[in-house]
Amino acid sequence: MLDVLVIGGGNAALCAAIAARRDGASVKVLEAASKFYRGGNTRHTRNMRCAHDHATATLTGPYTEAEFFDDLLLVTQGQTDEALARQMIAESKSMLDWIAEQGVRFQPSLGGTLSLGRTNSFFLGGGRAMLNALYRTAEALGVEIEYEAEVVGLDVENGMFLAARLADGREIRAGTLIAASGGFEANIEWLKESWGAAADNFLIRGSPHNRGTVLKLLLDKGVEPVGDPTQCHAVAIDARAPKFDGGIITRLDCVVFGIVVNKHCQRFYDEGEDVWPKRYAIWGRLVAAQPDQIAYILFDARSLELFMPSLYPPIQAPTVAELARKLDLDAQALTRTVEQFNEAVQPGTFDHTQLDDCRTEGLTPPKSHWARRIETAPFYAYPVRPGITFTYLGTRVDADARMRMADGKPAANMFAAGEIMAGNILGRGYAAGIGMTIGSVFGRIAGQRAAKHARN
Amino acid sequence: MHATEAHHTSALAEADRLMTVCNSCRYCEGLCAVFPAMEMRRAFADGDLNYLANLCHGCGACLYDCQFAPPHEFQVNVPSNLAVVRNDSYRHYAWPRALAPVFDRNGLWIALLAVLCVTGFVLGFVATQDPAALGNSGDFYRLMPHRAMVLLFGAAFAYAILALTMSLRAFWRDSGEPASSWSDLWQAMRDAGSLRYLDGGGVGCMNEDERPTDRRRLYHHLTFYGFLLCFAATCVATLYHYLLGREAPYAWTDLPVLLGTAGGIGLVIGPAGLLAAKWKRDPALRDTSRTGMDVAFLVMLFLTSLTGLALLLLRGTPALGPLLALHLGIVLALFATLPYGKFVHGLYRFAALVRYAQERKRF
Ligand SMILES: Cc1cc2nc3c(=O)[nH]c(=O)nc-3n(C[C@H](O)[C@H](O)[C@H](O)COP(=O)(O)OP(=O)(O)OC[C@H]3O[C@@H](n4cnc5c(N)ncnc54)[C@H](O)[C@@H]3O)c2cc1C
Ligand code: SF4
Ligand code: SF4
Repeated sequence: MLDVLVIGGGNAALCAAIAARRDGASVKVLEAASKFYRGGNTRHTRNMRCAHDHATATLTGPYTEAEFFDDLLLVTQGQTDEALARQMIAESKSMLDWIAEQGVRFQPSLGGTLSLGRTNSFFLGGGRAMLNALYRTAEALGVEIEYEAEVVGLDVENGMFLAARLADGREIRAGTLIAASGGFEANIEWLKESWGAAADNFLIRGSPHNRGTVLKLLLDKGVEPVGDPTQCHAVAIDARAPKFDGGIITRLDCVVFGIVVNKHCQRFYDEGEDVWPKRYAIWGRLVAAQPDQIAYILFDARSLELFMPSLYPPIQAPTVAELARKLDLDAQALTRTVEQFNEAVQPGTFDHTQLDDCRTEGLTPPKSHWARRIETAPFYAYPVRPGITFTYLGTRVDADARMRMADGKPAANMFAAGEIMAGNILGRGYAAGIGMTIGSVFGRIAGQRAAKHARN
Repeated sequence: MHATEAHHTSALAEADRLMTVCNSCRYCEGLCAVFPAMEMRRAFADGDLNYLANLCHGCGACLYDCQFAPPHEFQVNVPSNLAVVRNDSYRHYAWPRALAPVFDRNGLWIALLAVLCVTGFVLGFVATQDPAALGNSGDFYRLMPHRAMVLLFGAAFAYAILALTMSLRAFWRDSGEPASSWSDLWQAMRDAGSLRYLDGGGVGCMNEDERPTDRRRLYHHLTFYGFLLCFAATCVATLYHYLLGREAPYAWTDLPVLLGTAGGIGLVIGPAGLLAAKWKRDPALRDTSRTGMDVAFLVMLFLTSLTGLALLLLRGTPALGPLLALHLGIVLALFATLPYGKFVHGLYRFAALVRYAQERKRF
């Protein structure tokens, strides 16, 4: 019988498969996507966050375990399984070498991401290049890989995995299971359970295959859930992006340079509350709360070249009223909002590299930094919608990446890695590059433990 | 997804679209020089795009590494688009303009010219020599006087240099301001000499699929350095002739023959390997409409060295006459078509590398 069955084809799945195979197990990977689309959201990634004590050829300085843990506490506001998080951070240290040994190459941080140059290792060629390397290694080791092999059923008895059923009706039995099939962010129906009809207007930034089928099956079979079932990581992305898989290039980094209004031309949040890296992840939820889940970032000619370019060009007009017409907004209302904002802007010295003293006075909501009058034609706008990155609900695991059942007992032969168990580490919030760390570290642990289990 | 301005061709408009996509992504930044050069710009004029296209070595990595490659709806295929733009640029910068159409059916033109040249030599030998001389062995200056050879090939070569210079000038002016320094030149020589950017950012260049190999780089090195050695052999022989008064044929162990033999062997294996690689290349990476041009140049190089080596081996036999006509005909056609075939890729690539070295310092 097959020793290890891995469901999923992203970073977590491949790290698990490689680790299990290297420890002598026979391994099969079931990937729902076609060969081109293999690897779920991992295809869209660019870096991972690993602790290290010294600068390397591609990292500008040390990033200690303690500092990593502090950062994690900060972003999750303490909502993390401390023991598990510390274990992950400790193992992330050896991950840099381990990943490289599987053929993945790193490069210095990309243009426009200087702030991550010390903490995050960037994949040469990005996530798809990383995946290609992992797949090559897995294949060379003798891991069997099936594409377009979506798992739709699980045979589990009292926490004991027996077999997985594929969409084409086949059953695959194995000694152990590793679930690495990501979150449920592409399952709009499921998102609607918490968000209602608003979820129809969400855009999914990554793979359409991450529908949470396996997660739901596992929870139904009595695996203990972890993480907030109602929450997801969402950013404001260009509303013209495709429904799925638009990836990184539809993101917009210009909120701090202008104002953001809803379809009634009303501002609804302080655009300059804090530096962008600390605020970009709240804008998805903010826009989701607006009527029709749409908003518009407005700025003027002076700001056009201050941020990273994105896929679609901004909508442009010589006057604010004309811009409103192009956006199908009420021209008078938008002009009034801009005028009110302009009147409230206080004199200051604009400096987009730090929290400057350009702010509004007597305006609700205020704009606390980088407030400059919107007055230099042409005027620009980007329409934005919530772009969902991932969901938080997952399966509870222990230090062996072994799933825990709702009754508190460890599952007999079921392990989980990656997004499907990220809620153990990330109760909320996010820090760039942690998704891949969780996948690689727990993937390797799951693979090793599953191989060991299969041998005994 | 926008073209910032009107472009000369649809391929250039597509290149503009792609560079805009890549500029908002940047994941391929570490793969080669194209992406960092692209990031230094926010808008792309035709001259910029021709420069970027010639900076691209066609290593293929950025297709297999791209999450937005076809069948994704963003349809990002940088290598094949830049190949088209690059090939179009050869035509665009051709001098004189009237000869630009030679690039359209390049394989055919070059084949025709080669046949014409070979025929010319055969007829010339027959007409100017007594028929017995064609079956003569050993001394090729009896077939064609050294002075005539120098005149003919010197003229062809001089013309090629002139046409290439004019083309290069147009390319250089189009891609930005003229200045550049010795250090840029030196940097570009090192980058070109090592084919630094034909390696997928370090993993090896990709040709058949996403599995990297370094074979094309190896074959290109054999071709390029083989070519240089053959060129060196010719130069040394010319010096021997005029400075030392030593006339060909030279002994096996003499410098021109040693250089020529080594170069010739490289110039047989290299082009053959590159042809085989081209044959196996993933069609998704290619400009499939210009296969003729690529093949013609490789075949001409291959035949040049093959006939040259055959001449060396068989110079003592009656095959000398026909072989010499064949060899000289092919070399003449090669020289004459240098400005109107794939050879120009090296020139523009080198100029692009100089431009890149210069830009890198500024940013
Ligand atoms: C645009 C974007 C950029 C990102 N950038 C980064 C970054 O730079 N760094 C970082 O750390 N994180 C990043 N993330 C988050 C990161 O993508 C995830 O944390 C990571 O991919 C999770 O890895 P995984 O292997 O668990 O899941 P995934 O990579 O999503 O893989 C899940 C796999 O399971 C398969 N699957 C799903 N259901 C089934 C089924 N029923 N049967 C069979 N197979 C199934 C899918 O096809 C897929 O192959 C980014 C996310 C997005 C959307
Ligand atoms: S080729 Fe694709 S992955 Fe590479 S920079 Fe361009 S869009 Fe990004
Ligand atoms: S094919 Fe290679 S050299 Fe050309 S742009 Fe892509 S990565 Fe760069």
